[in-house]
Amino acid sequence: MAPIIGVLGMQGDIREHVEFLKNMDVGVTIVKLPKHLETIDALIIPGGESTTIWKLMKITGLDVSLKEKIEQGLPVYGTCAGMIVLAKEIENFPAQETLGAIDIKVKRNAFGRQVDSFEADLEIKYIDGKPFRGVFIRAPLITSYGKDVEILSEYDGKPVMARQKNILVSSFHPELTNDSRVHEFFLKMV
Amino acid sequence: MENKGTWVVKKGFAEMFKNGVIMDVTTAEQAKIAEEAGAVAVMALERVPADIRKQGGVARMASISKIKEIMDAVSIPVMAKCRIGHIAEAKILEAIGVDFIDESEVLTPADEKFHINKHEFKVPFVCGARDLGEALRRIAEGAAMIRTKGEAGTGNVVEAVKHMRQVMDEIRRVKNMLDDELVTYAKEIGAPVEIVKMVKELGRLPVVNFAAGGVATPADAALMMMLGADGVFVGSGIFKSKEPQKMARAIVQAVLHYDDPEMLAKISEDIGQPMEGKEIKDLEVRLQERGW
Repeated sequence: MAPIIGVLGMQGDIREHVEFLKNMDVGVTIVKLPKHLETIDALIIPGGESTTIWKLMKITGLDVSLKEKIEQGLPVYGTCAGMIVLAKEIENFPAQETLGAIDIKVKRNAFGRQVDSFEADLEIKYIDGKPFRGVFIRAPLITSYGKDVEILSEYDGKPVMARQKNILVSSFHPELTNDSRVHEFFLKMV
Repeated sequence: MENKGTWVVKKGFAEMFKNGVIMDVTTAEQAKIAEEAGAVAVMALERVPADIRKQGGVARMASISKIKEIMDAVSIPVMAKCRIGHIAEAKILEAIGVDFIDESEVLTPADEKFHINKHEFKVPFVCGARDLGEALRRIAEGAAMIRTKGEAGTGNVVEAVKHMRQVMDEIRRVKNMLDDELVTYAKEIGAPVEIVKMVKELGRLPVVNFAAGGVATPADAALMMMLGADGVFVGSGIFKSKEPQKMARAIVQAVLHYDDPEMLAKISEDIGQPMEGKEIKDLEVRLQERGW
């Protein structure tokens, strides 16, 4: 049976991930409440505003339930705000809470404000063929990481995509391109 | 190769606001309250629309020091308004690094014929619209996001509802049109046929479409989401209510749980008095009539 991929439906570009997944050989469901975690085989945390996503998760206890699921091995992929929510620590906002699911420290809005948002071609480990078009929007960067973290892509010598066991993160937004290779890579982790 | 300010980056940024609430603020302190409540962005203003309406006179771009103070106070994106057609105000806002510009009918128009050519900017723009033709003209000029105009500063959601229903109705009609009919239809609504074609293919606007202008309660916000809005702007509705913190938090949650009446009931409890509302027919100025 095809796996069911959840997209965390608090806030952000949920629709873009859902539309991407609908063209792949998987089931798709939107996760808004803790009970929705029961039916899924993997989860994507979309781009959006990390502070908003986190606050909305806390209100329903989704933060605690998701943490448990991740510890039990649920594969999770976070793009941009999703990466921030999954990180262990936020360098420039140490008081901001996170799931702490991957041993990385991130810097929010690391490239500056919206006028500094950009597109750039990236080489990604395990993804062959032409470069991947990275869309960086007020994007975070990985500023340090633990020994169990594998860096999969760098931009300008700085890590922008990483994996640790069941967790995958990227600073950029594959869902805003027409290129499904990163989503396919994640589905192999499921 | 690195590319800043591309259409993908501008339109993509607006996508990140979806299912979110953008709140008008006039001080750093209000901006922090908005961020704490879960706003996805704030709109930095000198006066909220209800006060602009009351005080009259020419409403201009907010003072730079005010906008900078708000940018320094929060980590979420900061938007600011410029007057319709005021290219210089927009250039100044871009130069100080505002994340999004609202070319807004709430301020006094600077040009009675032309809007800003928004393709010329790296910073993305949002514009108001009352119908599909107006929305698509703004997109043709480079707007990366559309919102209903509604009637700002009234706390009366009726005009926002009218504009959202109008746009959605026209989108449904375009979806069912034959390709043969599109050129004539584009002429009728005064919009470029290429963008009308995009609407037919997508079954929606090619950019994010928010509700604005009169949203004052969690139920108002939920209503706009039910009608198909991607998210909500709340202007005077937060800081003209009796308990802004509670109202702000409740509206953020209502946008998420708009399709769950039990959650909405819970969210709508104990939120204090909303802002006072105004009848549209009693207004001296209808801000929505500004824009061409």
